[in-house]
Amino acid sequence: MVDEEFSTGESFIHGLDPRIKIIVAVLFSVVVAVLSNFVSLLVALFLSLILVVLARLSMKRVFYRLFLVNGLILFLWIFLPFTYQGETWFDIGPLVATKEGLLYASQITVKCNAILLTMIALLATTPIFTLGHAMSQLCFPDKITHLFLFTYRYIHVIFQEYHRLVNAMRIRGFIPHTNIHTYRSYAYLVGMLLVRSYDRAERIHKAMICRGFNGRYYTLVQFSIKMRDVFYLSLMLIAILGLVILQWKVTL
Amino acid sequence: MESNTLIVNLKDISFSYSGGKPVLEHLNFQLRRGDRIGLIGPNGSGKTTLFYVIVGLLRPSSGRIDLFGKPAIEERDFREARKRIGLLFQDPDDQLFSPTVLEDVAFGPLNLGKSPEEAREIAAKTLARLGLSGFENRITYKLSGGEKRLVSLATVLAMDPEVLLLDEPTNGLDEATEGKITDILNGLDLTYVFISHNLDFLCKTTDKIYAVVDGKISIYEQLVPHTHIHAHRFGRLPHEHRSKLMELDPEEISD
Repeated sequence: MVDEEFSTGESFIHGLDPRIKIIVAVLFSVVVAVLSNFVSLLVALFLSLILVVLARLSMKRVFYRLFLVNGLILFLWIFLPFTYQGETWFDIGPLVATKEGLLYASQITVKCNAILLTMIALLATTPIFTLGHAMSQLCFPDKITHLFLFTYRYIHVIFQEYHRLVNAMRIRGFIPHTNIHTYRSYAYLVGMLLVRSYDRAERIHKAMICRGFNGRYYTLVQFSIKMRDVFYLSLMLIAILGLVILQWKVTL
Repeated sequence: MESNTLIVNLKDISFSYSGGKPVLEHLNFQLRRGDRIGLIGPNGSGKTTLFYVIVGLLRPSSGRIDLFGKPAIEERDFREARKRIGLLFQDPDDQLFSPTVLEDVAFGPLNLGKSPEEAREIAAKTLARLGLSGFENRITYKLSGGEKRLVSLATVLAMDPEVLLLDEPTNGLDEATEGKITDILNGLDLTYVFISHNLDFLCKTTDKIYAVVDGKISIYEQLVPHTHIHAHRFGRLPHEHRSKLMELDPEEISD
């Protein structure tokens, strides 16, 4: 279900303190999201590419992931130029494409890919439960951290439950068609999954109470920041600051 | 003197799920130190409910619960008792919620106030005791059914309970894993109650078998000599039948 294909590796990025990776990834995403000129955006994209190369990930797999997201962005390219107000670029009958729309669509594309590549290089290279623990150590609210860890743990169980239900339907000759019987059966399936998940959540809570759970979640994992972590953190912070300055300078 | 050995004392307990018909009706149940009890009964007869009532996950509509000689009324009373009573759930996926085996086994000890180092050590020891050394960093949802069951048993044993309540511990296990669990349980010097439909397993691990019928508990006759009428091929030839259930002490039968 969640195969975490990038989470194991030998590169120095894999070995960085996960807390640092989270801080950098969040900061980078926020800064890139508000950048508006192409020079700084392309630099950001270049930086994120360097991170992916440094993480020594399979480029084929990385581009496959990018491909999936860019499939969605394709729709922006279809709609944005025609719906944005501005200078005419070309027209097809009554449909007018604007230069501003085109620029906007390309801006979004560069931003998305830069953020995504950084996420892949920094976050996907950390096992999910390590991320969860790092989140709790960074003082993320307990509820978010628990939600994150529990989702990871139980998405697999719910997926299996889904498969059991689908198989139970199939074994009794269910073939999906475009009719009310199909829709109703799928509605039952979804409803049943919800009910079962709720029941399971109750049982898990009971099992936790039996083992002395009182709302506090203690963790075994302890991270320690090394000199190397501090060095790379400063390096990446400087790079992000550079992006901000670049944006500011070019606008001036 | 009696109250000293009495661990669980349920008096006149009634319970019904909201809107449903009563599951437990005026039930009495006593568990003494050293008892090894098996509980059988049809599906939906209230066996699991009985366990939940004992540890205070469900509150009875009437009746009185004494745990370790003290009346258990509020959540606080049950919370203390839960540290000494280990409950194993029917579905190991309900019990194992941490990403890794080590973290899950350490969860209980951490809640008991142990330091991370102590908890880690306890978890490793408990796993070793169950023959699960090397499982520490395995991902819980990727374990096989039998491994999940053994690990969830470890999560309960890691809290060093005085009493074990196990809900169908051998359900869905193959013979080898069932044999392993039987050996582990027989090697424990604990008071316990097992729910199981597996008579063979109960005969090997418990001294008394109770039945839950109509919301009440009745003692299952300990030994009922009986014969079976049966048929099979070559039945006319002189032969012998062997069954694990029949392996009882001759003395016990003569009683």
